[in-house]
Amino acid sequence: MGNPNVGKSVVFSRLTGVRVIASNYPGTTVSYTRGFMKLGGERVEVIDVPGTYTLEPTTEAEEVATQMLTTGDIVINVVDATNLERNLYLTLQLFETKIPVVVALNIWDDTEHRGIHIDLDKLREFLGVPVIPTVATTGQGIKELVESIPKATSPDVPLRSRDERWAVIGNIIDHVQHITHRHHTWLERMEDASAKPAGGITLAIVVLAGSFFAVRFIGESLIRYVLDPLFNNLWAPVMLRLSNFLGGGGFLHDIVIGKIVGGEVNFLESFGLLTTGLYVPFAMVMPYIITFYLVLGLLEDAGYLPRLAVLMDTIMHRLGLHGYAIIPTLLGLGCNVPAILATRMLESKRERFIAATLISIAIPCAALQAMIFGLVGERGWQYVAIVFGTLFVVWIVLGVILNRAIKGFSPELLIEIPPYRLPSWRAVLQKLWIRVHGFLVEAIPIILGAVAVINILYAVGVFNAVANFTAPVVTGFLGLPKEAVTALAVGFLRKDVALGMLAPLALSTKQLITGSVVLAMFFPCIATFVVLLRELGGRNMLKSVGIMITAALLVGGILNLTLP
Amino acid sequence: MIMPNGKQVTLRQIRVGQSGVVLQIQGGHGLISRLYALGIRPGQRITKVSSTLMRGPVTIQVGNARVAIGFGMANKIIVELV
Repeated sequence: MGNPNVGKSVVFSRLTGVRVIASNYPGTTVSYTRGFMKLGGERVEVIDVPGTYTLEPTTEAEEVATQMLTTGDIVINVVDATNLERNLYLTLQLFETKIPVVVALNIWDDTEHRGIHIDLDKLREFLGVPVIPTVATTGQGIKELVESIPKATSPDVPLRSRDERWAVIGNIIDHVQHITHRHHTWLERMEDASAKPAGGITLAIVVLAGSFFAVRFIGESLIRYVLDPLFNNLWAPVMLRLSNFLGGGGFLHDIVIGKIVGGEVNFLESFGLLTTGLYVPFAMVMPYIITFYLVLGLLEDAGYLPRLAVLMDTIMHRLGLHGYAIIPTLLGLGCNVPAILATRMLESKRERFIAATLISIAIPCAALQAMIFGLVGERGWQYVAIVFGTLFVVWIVLGVILNRAIKGFSPELLIEIPPYRLPSWRAVLQKLWIRVHGFLVEAIPIILGAVAVINILYAVGVFNAVANFTAPVVTGFLGLPKEAVTALAVGFLRKDVALGMLAPLALSTKQLITGSVVLAMFFPCIATFVVLLRELGGRNMLKSVGIMITAALLVGGILNLTLP
Repeated sequence: MIMPNGKQVTLRQIRVGQSGVVLQIQGGHGLISRLYALGIRPGQRITKVSSTLMRGPVTIQVGNARVAIGFGMANKIIVELV
């Protein structure tokens, strides 16, 4: 337990192994991580509680943390040695709860660089509990920390008021800590530079562009060199054999394997449970999820995200969002799925709804972008700009509209800006594993189910009927040929494939632009749909989808009317 | 510009680089709790580190930490310049 940004997850990763899982505290959007460690021959559970500044319930995270305290036997209080004064506030409160405490005085190495001198023995005397200096990123002190766990105690302290606690802390600090002048490290110099608005914006652009390219590159490499070969060379033969075994056709065959054309398995078009149902999450979505969470973890641990939130806060508020909402929004440029999962980090339901809706409507995922670059780019780069420009304008305009239309307000920014730190690979990789594992377990079963359902609907002829029914709107209002409806329907499965279906239709450039925009905005792809359902709940999801469909048609119509 | 001793201003009004001591937080119980937990309380010395354009958040130095505070909240924190 400890303040945010003190290195709790790094300590956690040092104590636990690979068997860690993230869970959601029931009834909240707060998540925590559980793992196991060996303590004197026994296997004990370790829980990484969300960071809190106080046990007073000012936010949901703090309420959850306080409740979790009651289920624990011992608390490891991770304290930032470079911020002792503020961190001790929580420590004193922990003493008042009467649970045995051990203090891990983390980020110990930085105290030297900053000229902060802490008298450990005096601190131990004042606090009355074991205090172990640690540098979780290198592993220093962890062994001693584990050894001191059995010696955790709860000192006898009275319940204090806020001011009394601060008075006690003031006294402790006076006796225990003193600060001398120090040189600026290069990280600190970078901090000063990026605090100025111009520097901040420059850094933001560099970081974002860098992240974007890193993700595209790594994601695409994963698909091209690992997953596609895996599916095409290993899995396809298995599927073919199974296909023969099932008789090459028939209801069961089509559900499980889908349609096989010309003796070859096309994983995108076959629509079978074991073919498309596995290919979509594993070979199309998961690579981007892995790379995104990797980059996110690095930025997180380096301490960059709060600064980005501050930079974007003013703009985000006009859209009814908190500065922090920029992070899920940017994630959406890779894949909407982790983006919407990330909206959990926002504090209010209203914000989460607006952010998730805006992401599904106006933020095209990397795969779709690639198709847009390919198909529309053929006709000219200015047209690509029109497509993206339209989406951007939609994002802003719709954000403003939602902000006015939905009751409530978005809470104001109040966050700590941690100093820049070099991330620890261990913690980043462990976090990555937790997040990827979470995605696999949550999203895949539902995607499989949806593929099966779509297959059945298709077989029954629902799609054709819908296409004929909506033809007048599509041709009249949007100016697209009737066949485009099938593309829109396929958009439910994969937007990039759907856009590809527009290629043989010999569309005019204007139709292509309209089609691209409408497709991007229209209905979320199946993976996004599933995640939206989970995050927003049934009713809000319907509202969100309603907004999407209306907006897509409106914008499509406007484009049809205004483009030459 | 000369500020007389004991001049009270809001956090939003002081300039980047200026320091002050927090006098009062004009807010409800929730706001006060949240600010206290971050160390922002009467008697605490703070320094303004940066501000953003157009009613954006204000960043201050509190002890060894930096905190960004939304515009509306910053307007409710009264400090005395030193």
